[in-house]
Amino acid sequence: MLELRRVTAGYGHFTALWDITLRVEAGEAVAVVGPNGSGKTTLMRVISGLVAARTGELVFESDSLAGRRAHEIVSHGIAHVPEGRRIFPLLTVADNLKMGAFQPSARKGFAESLVRVYDLFPVLRERQKQRAGSLSGGEQQMLAIGRALMSRPKLILLDEPSMGLAPVMVLRLFDLIRRVREEGYTILVVEQNVRQVLKLVDRAYLLEVGRIRMEGRAAELSEQDFVRKAYVGL
Amino acid sequence: MIDPIFLLEAAVNGVLLGGVLALLALGLNLIFGVVDIVWIAYVDLVMVCMYLVYFLVMVYGWPLWLAGALSVALGALLGLGVHLLIITPILGKAPVNQLLATGGLLFFLQSFATFLWTTDHKTVRLALPILEVGGMFLSFTRLIAFAISLVAMLGLWVFLRRTYIGTAIRAVSQDREAMALMGADPQRVYFVTSAVGGAMAGLAGALLIIQYSVHPFFGAAFGPLTFMICVLGGLGNMVGAFVASFVMSEIISIGGVVISTEMGYVIAFVVFIVMMFARPGGILARRG
Repeated sequence: MLELRRVTAGYGHFTALWDITLRVEAGEAVAVVGPNGSGKTTLMRVISGLVAARTGELVFESDSLAGRRAHEIVSHGIAHVPEGRRIFPLLTVADNLKMGAFQPSARKGFAESLVRVYDLFPVLRERQKQRAGSLSGGEQQMLAIGRALMSRPKLILLDEPSMGLAPVMVLRLFDLIRRVREEGYTILVVEQNVRQVLKLVDRAYLLEVGRIRMEGRAAELSEQDFVRKAYVGL
Repeated sequence: MIDPIFLLEAAVNGVLLGGVLALLALGLNLIFGVVDIVWIAYVDLVMVCMYLVYFLVMVYGWPLWLAGALSVALGALLGLGVHLLIITPILGKAPVNQLLATGGLLFFLQSFATFLWTTDHKTVRLALPILEVGGMFLSFTRLIAFAISLVAMLGLWVFLRRTYIGTAIRAVSQDREAMALMGADPQRVYFVTSAVGGAMAGLAGALLIIQYSVHPFFGAAFGPLTFMICVLGGLGNMVGAFVASFVMSEIISIGGVVISTEMGYVIAFVVFIVMMFARPGGILARRG
């Protein structure tokens, strides 16, 4: 479904990603794990068009995404839930979801998508008239994911969904992401919480200083000494 | 001691003035909130629109409503032009460039107007009656201008609340990048915002020319006041700007009757400076 071939990207003179080759098949959940500053967020931003790749190819369902800007990439069916949630704090929950369906193809199915999101996250239905900024961290993350679902994506990019959440909320959130997965969405997730995320996904890539160091099935990867010691903390 | 009826009349006139000031402040604030650039020359665009209405009505004999509609259209076009020619090249550059570029536009428009139309004051005279209400004398012209301002602001409110693009405009002012991830082309949102802000300048021009005479330095009279209102209300805060318009217009109007017209403005500016120390984030800013 999504394929990156030898992608290099960065900011100014700084290169954040070197030669990244990665693929996500339809229906899969794939994680990218790695320490702070390893380029995980940049990788997500390259896929969603916020950062342009310098070299290499990005292909999504046989369309090349090279040179596309962020607002064009959404219409291909890729929704990016950015790091730090980035909901619109002064808009109501309902208006945030409405903005998720901004692009014309999503507007047509607005009512249907809304019911789906509210069924998945009932707390959003209860709080639809509240300002999004007044929600708790966990609820804001649900809103960010719900807003992404409103664009009727095929692939969802989740960047550090558990960041800044209380441990109890982290577990609940991973449960919710599992449910999103069961609805048939393909997921590419970046996480620091390696132990939890490896339980959620099929495969994972290990990113270190901008390069992919290891890849494999989640179960195998979590068994490897290196990953266990360095990231899982066991 | 001043007769209370004069004070009441001044207060009512303050409300009427506040309506048109609010229109200006909301237009400027809308653009600032979204594009993050203060159009120093905003009221000079209003001045150009006032000239348009003056020439159409007084020289070519057009009906005022038609000239006003054209003024709104010219304002929208000017807004688009300013964004495309002046703002787009400096987006993301150092803030001082914004000041220089839009400030440069101000001097260009002033000089251009002086060159084309001289410094003579030009007026559109309306043969509308003065109403007497309970001992107060109120200008019918001002009442109409106030009513139209209110309707326009209500329209803006509905636009920003109910439509996709209007909600997107509010969203962009909170998080530009997140809105791009929703599929909104930031450039397109800027265009719509600049056109709407420009159209409000055009409407304000049509409403001001029937109350004040126009001259090339009209912007110098209303420009600083408009900025003060925006800053007082909190830059980018639409409700704040609306409230601040009436605060300032009341000070000017009542101060003008109690002391003198000039002192009304002096007091308004002093209040502004004091407020900047007391509540630097604007009158409606949340504390903390």
